[in-house]
Amino acid sequence: MSAEVDFDVIVIGCGPAGAITAYQLAKAGRSVAVIERGETPGSKNLSGGIMYCHAIKQVFPNFLTDAPVERLISRNALVFTNPSSHVAIDYGDDRLHAAGTAVTVLRARLDGWLAEQCEAVGAMVMPGLRVDGLVRAGGRVAGVVAGEDELRSHVVVAADGVNSFIARGAGLRPKPPPEQLALGIKAVVKLSQEIIADRFQLSGDQGAALAMVGAVTDGIASGAFLYTNRESLSLGLVLRLDDLTAQGGDSSALFERFLAHRFVAPLIEGGRLIEYGSHLVNEGGQAMIGNLVFDGLVIVGDAAGLTINTGLTVRGMDLAVGSGIAAARGIERALEAGDYSAGGLDGYRLALAESFVGRDMKTFAKAPRFMENHRLYGDYGALLADIFHGVYNLDLAPRRRMVSLGRQVLRDSPVSLRDLVGDGLRAVTAL
Amino acid sequence: MKTLTVTERLAANRFVLDEEQPHIVVHQELAKATGTAARIIAACPAKVYSWAADGSVAVEYAACLECGTCLAIADPGTLEWHYPSGPYGVQFREG
Ligand SMILES: Cc1cc2nc3c(=O)[nH]c(=O)nc-3n(C[C@H](O)[C@H](O)[C@H](O)COP(=O)(O)OP(=O)(O)OC[C@H]3O[C@@H](n4cnc5c(N)ncnc54)[C@H](O)[C@@H]3O)c2cc1C
Ligand code: SF4
Repeated sequence: MSAEVDFDVIVIGCGPAGAITAYQLAKAGRSVAVIERGETPGSKNLSGGIMYCHAIKQVFPNFLTDAPVERLISRNALVFTNPSSHVAIDYGDDRLHAAGTAVTVLRARLDGWLAEQCEAVGAMVMPGLRVDGLVRAGGRVAGVVAGEDELRSHVVVAADGVNSFIARGAGLRPKPPPEQLALGIKAVVKLSQEIIADRFQLSGDQGAALAMVGAVTDGIASGAFLYTNRESLSLGLVLRLDDLTAQGGDSSALFERFLAHRFVAPLIEGGRLIEYGSHLVNEGGQAMIGNLVFDGLVIVGDAAGLTINTGLTVRGMDLAVGSGIAAARGIERALEAGDYSAGGLDGYRLALAESFVGRDMKTFAKAPRFMENHRLYGDYGALLADIFHGVYNLDLAPRRRMVSLGRQVLRDSPVSLRDLVGDGLRAVTAL
Repeated sequence: MKTLTVTERLAANRFVLDEEQPHIVVHQELAKATGTAARIIAACPAKVYSWAADGSVAVEYAACLECGTCLAIADPGTLEWHYPSGPYGVQFREG
């Protein structure tokens, strides 16, 4: 039964999901290969850049000091944008910074660091190599094909990211419908530390994370982001594919209008664009997870659909890390038992369900439906701006109290009271 | 910051071009008939696709950012798209 193998485990992809799986297994003494198509790990990867650190600190207790993190987030803002106004909820809190809850990262650097950690515990990282497909033997997955080479292992880990071509190519995952994916477009804009500190009211290594909805995407779901790095800004759009194509959206032109929007332009003034990239984001939530364990194969991270977008935060990296931890646990058990079947690997599924990943995916299962609501991307921003306009635009008319102002604005708005109450309840149950 | 065209934005990136093997092939007739052509021309953030003078879809595959959006919105049979092999394609230095 014990066929010849080159490695105990072969991991496809050196993003956070793959790297953490490999690191845990190699550290436990297993022989592990990580195959990465990028010339260097990270060179194909892109994210908005806020990494919630709770999971990765379990693996690397000194993550904040050892890893290439940019800034520690101390300020979060949600901004409703209209063509000629905006309303922001701006939250700054020293506690977030002190705890190192979330940091900004740039993936070309972070993933390189993760690969080094894998190598330090004995994993073999093979960059610049694309896996083309899976080797099957006796009805189970038994290795990978990469160019001319065929490599065999007891277990293969598909950690190949959002397109999940490995599992899809093997007929193990369907192609997701456009409403379960969003196009992320991002620029990195160089600015000095002093300007960033002044412009975003930050000191030292503090960082800011701004989420925007509304006119910045021309009303297309789901939003825009702007995050501070040490000496640059990461900013971009997340455009749900069904909505983008329904509106015949020209994504490149949308991006240009985003950079020129009255709220965004002053924040990047004087900066220099040093990179322009795009990448898909999972938007389907729990509904797109599917089966994650097969005979000889497990699927982790984005490849498994593990992302949560609530409009306030996009989370994928911490879930990728969490799934890597759970997968390593399940695979370790399978290797101990010498049972690499789906049943033998089921420990991964169980560990994932019990972990924060499984629980949070469940908690936010209704978020994708909530995010489909178009009032979020237009009417509510306008409504809020009209209320504040009534408050601050002192003219000769006698003043009214805010409640009566709000009632008047609501009467004039396309939003009905019933919408408002319903959406409020939906927000409370979904987010 | 001055508004940059997509070409100017892409010029900031590093690309390693695979001159031998394009990683994108459009099946012209079906792509046009299904509306896929118009869809991918609009949606691609790198403007890899455009209408050529002869009415076909031109493909500037060297500018591809490898997101997979075009494939995700393409009708079955209209587009062959895979990651470039080995070290080719876009090389993010920031990410
Ligand atoms: C615009 C945008 C903003 C985002 N913002 C955030 C955010 O602020 N916070 C957050 O937590 N998450 C965010 N995300 C999501 C986050 O980036 C992902 O969830 C995360 O990167 C998933 O990690 P992963 O390891 O599963 O996949 P990836 O990071 O995509 O890694 C997959 C790896 O596999 C490699 N690979 C793929 N195919 C092959 C193959 N055939 N052979 C060899 N190697 C292969 C790739 O090169 C890559 O290195 C954002 C995503 C986008 C696009
Ligand atoms: S993968 Fe993305 S960047 Fe490349 S052609 Fe398709 S849509 Fe354009």
